[in-house]
Amino acid sequence: MVMFGIDLVLLIPALMISATPVLLAAIGEAVVEKSGVLNLGVEGMMITGAVIGFIIAVNTQIPIYGFICAAFAGALLSVIFAILTQYMMSNQVATGLGLTMVGLGLSALIGKPYEGIKSPTLTKLEIPILSDIPILGPMIFSHDAIVYFSIFIIASVAFIIKKTRIGLILRAVGENQDAAHALGYKVIRIRFIAIMFGGATAGIGGAYISLARVPQWTEGMTAGAGWIALALVVFASWKPWRVLVGAYLFGGITVLQLNLQAIGVAIPVEILSMSPYLVTIVVLVGISLFGHQTAPGSLARPFHASQ
Amino acid sequence: MKFKSILTGVLLAFGLGTAAIAADVKVGFVYVGPIGDGGWTYEHDKGRLAVEKHFGDRVETIYQENVPEGADAERVMTTMAMQGADLIFTTSFGYMDPTINVAKKFPNVKFEHATGYKRSDNVSTYSARFYEGRAIQGHIAGKMTKTNKVGYIASFPIPEVIRGINSAYIHAKKVNPNIEFNIIWVYTWFDPAKEADAAKALIDQGADVVLQHTDSTAPQAAAKEAGNVITFGQASDMGEYAPMPRVSSIIDDWAPYYVARTQAVLDGSWESVDTWDGIGPGMVGIGEISDAVPADVKAEALAMRDAIADGSYHPFTGPIKKQDGSDWLGAGETSDDGTLLGMNFYVEGITAEVPQ
Repeated sequence: MVMFGIDLVLLIPALMISATPVLLAAIGEAVVEKSGVLNLGVEGMMITGAVIGFIIAVNTQIPIYGFICAAFAGALLSVIFAILTQYMMSNQVATGLGLTMVGLGLSALIGKPYEGIKSPTLTKLEIPILSDIPILGPMIFSHDAIVYFSIFIIASVAFIIKKTRIGLILRAVGENQDAAHALGYKVIRIRFIAIMFGGATAGIGGAYISLARVPQWTEGMTAGAGWIALALVVFASWKPWRVLVGAYLFGGITVLQLNLQAIGVAIPVEILSMSPYLVTIVVLVGISLFGHQTAPGSLARPFHASQ
Repeated sequence: MKFKSILTGVLLAFGLGTAAIAADVKVGFVYVGPIGDGGWTYEHDKGRLAVEKHFGDRVETIYQENVPEGADAERVMTTMAMQGADLIFTTSFGYMDPTINVAKKFPNVKFEHATGYKRSDNVSTYSARFYEGRAIQGHIAGKMTKTNKVGYIASFPIPEVIRGINSAYIHAKKVNPNIEFNIIWVYTWFDPAKEADAAKALIDQGADVVLQHTDSTAPQAAAKEAGNVITFGQASDMGEYAPMPRVSSIIDDWAPYYVARTQAVLDGSWESVDTWDGIGPGMVGIGEISDAVPADVKAEALAMRDAIADGSYHPFTGPIKKQDGSDWLGAGETSDDGTLLGMNFYVEGITAEVPQ
């Protein structure tokens, strides 16, 4: 399967790997924002997940433990954000930015002894029968567990938000906090849980960078992935499956343009380099022209039961 | 109230670490990446630590990591100058104009800009002749590649990077006429994930040698995972990836220069100068060539290193043609520094085009 001189059997897995970190972080942030909270600390939670995941994986030699601890670390960091914004009514934007700074600094500090160490890598899961399908097998059915997990999370979130009572409550809290409160829902508590979920998936996303995509620990290694995840949520109009499409589109074009450069295709490098952003802008314009923006009504508004 | 408390927090965060103890001279360093990048910034910080060690209490150093190239850099430099820095090293090409701008406002502060070409009364420039090391890498790459494809992760299309590509290509081509260079421009100095993606793309396209002009060790990790791919440490030894994939390295040794320039400020003898040193004076080091390299190739590489060091061989020695086929250097002719410093063309044989 060769297109434009690029083997799709190599390209598709590469783009899925490249997209998975932002995909995980973005789906978590989508849930957080659905509940009406804007957490700009994604980058900080990702990098914390990256360093904790790496440390645990190196010490236990079992990558999955790394991912589990990364999820806890991300969630723990987000608890700080949750307490500050939900109970102490601090400004969400400032607190989120602070969280990013704390995460970057903290990870640099505790990651210092782990620079230049090799981590155990995830094994590719071979799915019986499916993996043996020619072309499609190596392309889609021979990834590590986290890639499948990320798709599973997307599917679960999409299902829960759309089809279940829990999803309905979450949306109610995000769309109109006062109405939800009047109905007797615990706005703060629901948001607290959503924030922790966002922290956990951001942590796993970060750990995927340090344990699978790169794999090594380098200070500041997320290098802005958290911000891309935040943009992706808007890009996806807060819809879970669109997060997947957006992440694969962005990741896909990024990987594709690198490959096109590598084979020396006769397109100016400048155009190739800006193509991921260009396509993102085009899609955003398309959405605002033909779709409808669905930002949660209470997004980033502080809530106190007395008001 | 809230804004004020945030402001205090930010000031505390940035200010506390630099609370003054009386020292004769205060030296500031502006870094483009984190100290822990394992490459470029890591080596500059080693230079900073050497200054601290050499002068003890007489000199105080301050630094700021992850400073974006652009307006932010001006803010950081201004802050350092206002904190009383006497000498400020700005360690990335993109700090060139910010350095010149800030230097105008602080005529009594000395500035040193790495890898740039703009100077003024209180701005020196310094750089290392990395291309000398690239020649040795090109030689080893040309000898060792089996696919005849060399991948090159380039950062920004500036003369320093283009010079490195040309130098590596000329010497790879010399020993392997079938060599082909695949170049990826990532437009960043430091982004481990993107660097890893670029390395993987090059390897997927058949490259079994990956050269990098970016700062992190991510390409080394990607090559290690791929198996039969060799790499070279960039800016720092990156010895943790030896003997494979990292078979050698270019090491930037800034310490002697930083110590000498700090001394000049202490003595009051500091002047605006342009320093461009290579393997000979020790500013560029060639990291140990590992056992993965065949003994004869290693011997040739070391001979080339020594010839460059004593000045008997110049990596840009003619006959060399430009990419468009026009003559650049005649037989035996060597390039002048001016052409090298402004290099914006590929040499003959490279199929890609220089991004403009």
